[in-house]
Amino acid sequence: MSSFTLKAPLPPKSTRAGKTRRQRHPLTLAATALVATVVLLPLCATILIALSGTGADWPHLARYVLPQSVATTLHLLVMVTMATAVVGVTCAWLVVAYDFPFRRTLSWALVLPLAVPPYLAAYAYAEFFHYVGPVQSALRALFGYTRPNEYWFPEIRTVTGAAIVISAVTFPYVYLTARVVFIMQGRNVADVARTLGAGPARVFWRVLLPVARPAIIAGVALVLMETVNDFGAVQHLGVETLTLAIYSTWLNRGSLEGAAQIAVIMLFLVFMLLTGEQMARRKQRFHSGRASQMKARPPRLRLAGWRAGAAFLAGLLPVLAGFGIPLAVFGRFALNRLEQFGEPAMTEALATSVLTALATAILAIAAALLLLYTARLVRTRKMALLVRIATIGYAMPGTILALGLLVTLARFDNFIDALAREYAGFSTGLLFTGSATAVVLACAIRFLALAEGAIQAGIEKLPPNLDEAARSLGRTAPASAATVLLPLLNPAILTAGILVFVDTVKELSATIVLRPFGFNTLATYVYENASRGAVEDGAMAALLIIVVAIVPVILLSGPLMRDRDA
Amino acid sequence: MMSNIQAKLKAGLAALALTGPFLLPQAAQAEGTVNIYSQRQPFLIEPLLDAFTEETGIETEVLFLKDGLPERIAAEGENSPADLILTVDIGRLVGVVEEGVTQPIESEAINAGIPEQYRDPEGHWFGVTTRGRVIYASKDRVEQDTITYEELADPKWEGKICMRSGQHMYNIALFASMIAHHGEAEAEEWMNGLKANLARKPSGNDRGQAQAIYAGECDLGLGNTYYVGKMMTNDKEPEQKEWADAIKVLFPNNDARGTHVNVSGMALAKHAPNKENAVKLMEFLASPEAQAIYAEVNFEYPVREDAEVSDLVANWGEIHPDDLPLAEIAKHRKAASEMVDRVGLDEGPES
Repeated sequence: MSSFTLKAPLPPKSTRAGKTRRQRHPLTLAATALVATVVLLPLCATILIALSGTGADWPHLARYVLPQSVATTLHLLVMVTMATAVVGVTCAWLVVAYDFPFRRTLSWALVLPLAVPPYLAAYAYAEFFHYVGPVQSALRALFGYTRPNEYWFPEIRTVTGAAIVISAVTFPYVYLTARVVFIMQGRNVADVARTLGAGPARVFWRVLLPVARPAIIAGVALVLMETVNDFGAVQHLGVETLTLAIYSTWLNRGSLEGAAQIAVIMLFLVFMLLTGEQMARRKQRFHSGRASQMKARPPRLRLAGWRAGAAFLAGLLPVLAGFGIPLAVFGRFALNRLEQFGEPAMTEALATSVLTALATAILAIAAALLLLYTARLVRTRKMALLVRIATIGYAMPGTILALGLLVTLARFDNFIDALAREYAGFSTGLLFTGSATAVVLACAIRFLALAEGAIQAGIEKLPPNLDEAARSLGRTAPASAATVLLPLLNPAILTAGILVFVDTVKELSATIVLRPFGFNTLATYVYENASRGAVEDGAMAALLIIVVAIVPVILLSGPLMRDRDA
Repeated sequence: MMSNIQAKLKAGLAALALTGPFLLPQAAQAEGTVNIYSQRQPFLIEPLLDAFTEETGIETEVLFLKDGLPERIAAEGENSPADLILTVDIGRLVGVVEEGVTQPIESEAINAGIPEQYRDPEGHWFGVTTRGRVIYASKDRVEQDTITYEELADPKWEGKICMRSGQHMYNIALFASMIAHHGEAEAEEWMNGLKANLARKPSGNDRGQAQAIYAGECDLGLGNTYYVGKMMTNDKEPEQKEWADAIKVLFPNNDARGTHVNVSGMALAKHAPNKENAVKLMEFLASPEAQAIYAEVNFEYPVREDAEVSDLVANWGEIHPDDLPLAEIAKHRKAASEMVDRVGLDEGPES
């Protein structure tokens, strides 16, 4: 039997309750405080840099830059948010609720676009749809045109073009988070509504969508932050967002302070957007009734005829857009350079990428679990706010976040070194900034939002009385979390793992600021070539990024989808 | 359930143990090495560094960095492993000096080789190679074989010019040189004219402008010299040879004040742990031998007047560089960047 609660009561606001709780979990809270401090380092450093500025850049920015770039950024955000929400939710619902040809393949293939860094997607799109690219060449051959002004072709170097490119490679964030909810709860709720006489469409709009809303929003928030922090794609397509203003203020006008000021304001805007959304739904809580129910899965609805074909196409198109086009462009370049495959430099970069991504995924998941678990224990608004602020770093351009971390870590390194020299008579050198630790730390902080979003989407589905029951039976809080909550969160944790792993494999901007000597990843390999105008020479490494990302996606798609139950 | 958890914990610990060792700091300060923080791609400097190691026995370590190089060295402070800094663009070069992370050197060998206009009067930075900011012109559609930057604002080119973002460092340096020559007011009027003549919104990279001319989207494009060389020698993507074939390289203002050139350059890090080796490397980079290699690998111009350019580059004709000191250009970069915003150059032509 299924049961679920709508509009469960708000957590108690009493400060007294908070106090007694706090005394009960000193270790958890201390660990949380430590994690939060580290995570907030780059953000605090950026704010400090911003505060050290004079504001001399503002007359210029306010008059000539911000009105236009804020409008462009919002325009881009609205389009990307809508596109990814529609595509992500539709695809998630299709593969969870229906059965059609190639459904299982599509269910993991829809994650693949995540493996394509936006700046490479932008490059691929610009080439693919260019006058000399395959599409227009085919059109000309077909219709006998010979000159560009004889026909009309949509321009990819526009805000709309950038929105399409970014959406094509970021919609899987929504797809993944929505799919988790649909798997964990969708059918149970849907069945109740069905037995009460609601048709499938009505069930989707009136029951499933509201229930999945927090998860969809979590996914969309990730898309939104990734769009805001993007530099490479918008630059290549000539779309002037706030992030470009940050770079030109910093690099061309020599004002890191002014750049940090824009970044902080941008973060504040993102923060307001996300908080506003949360306020709008704060009275709604959706939990599954009983944990055991979540593992039971009713059969999927089998589609036949044109419906099956339509479902297949709806799932295939996003894969082609986000994965097929980049693969076609870079695959061709890579085929011309097969000898690169197996070069020591490439193999080394591959190993470094995988190790970094593994370490980062473990670190980010651990930090996210700790933060979210504490938020669950200490249900106060302040704790929820802390989690939100801790993950906002994802909206910051990676370079700026890395600089913030660099400044603080290097200070710490130099402090330790000075101590060691003074009292122990030897030099420790740069412990963090001289090693890969800084890179892993930066990536974990940067992608904490990914882990948090995915796990939060899962945790919201778990009724609060689950672990409370275990605790009332004598288990300690950590033990009940480990034995009751963690197993139920498996799909969410695996999703978080994929997201962080894949994003770390393609991470570039923080890695390139912080890496030590000899630390080459696939992404830096690509960039070393792309930055001298020879993307072609990085194509093989770009393909390897995609391959590395595919492996966990496929490995984890089995347990994620629980296909044995289908 | 418990054993499941334990298994997971074990797996997690095993993964950490696996990734742990590679997180440890590496010794980058061995004897007989020189550490390079470079904004130049390792691929480009490798042949030079190999020649250096062969000659001196000093090993080199290269860390390729992009934005944030000066900030990183500043943060590392006295413990910074950086000995030598290699960058492209005069703005970046001066930026490193302004961050206070360099030290001056006085070297007979270097000063004798590098002409005065390409080095810092104080001895903090030195240009190593130059590259012309030239105009790519369609062979089919542009008849004239000489051109000036000023002419780009002439209405006869309306809807015919392509370029990458006006905020890109290479364009910023060109605009700064326009300000240095004509003053801000006149330069701004010129930039307005340039904007009106654009065929499309500035975007892509320099090669993309040649591609656009090949495709007939525009007749003129702004780009650096060496990209043409790279396209002409791209055996793997023969279509790039066709792009290069569709254009001719025009050296703007070549008959009068000269073509605007930018540099790639070097500076000695303030706390260089291997200072002696670093200075040796700097002297090597300024030597005729290294200059010739450098010019050959990336189709750039050596700064030394007695060094040879590659045959391919020589084919485009002789370049007469603008003799405006680069330090002067660096001064006007901020004004140039603000002007790009003010004019709205990156918004492209009015539609």
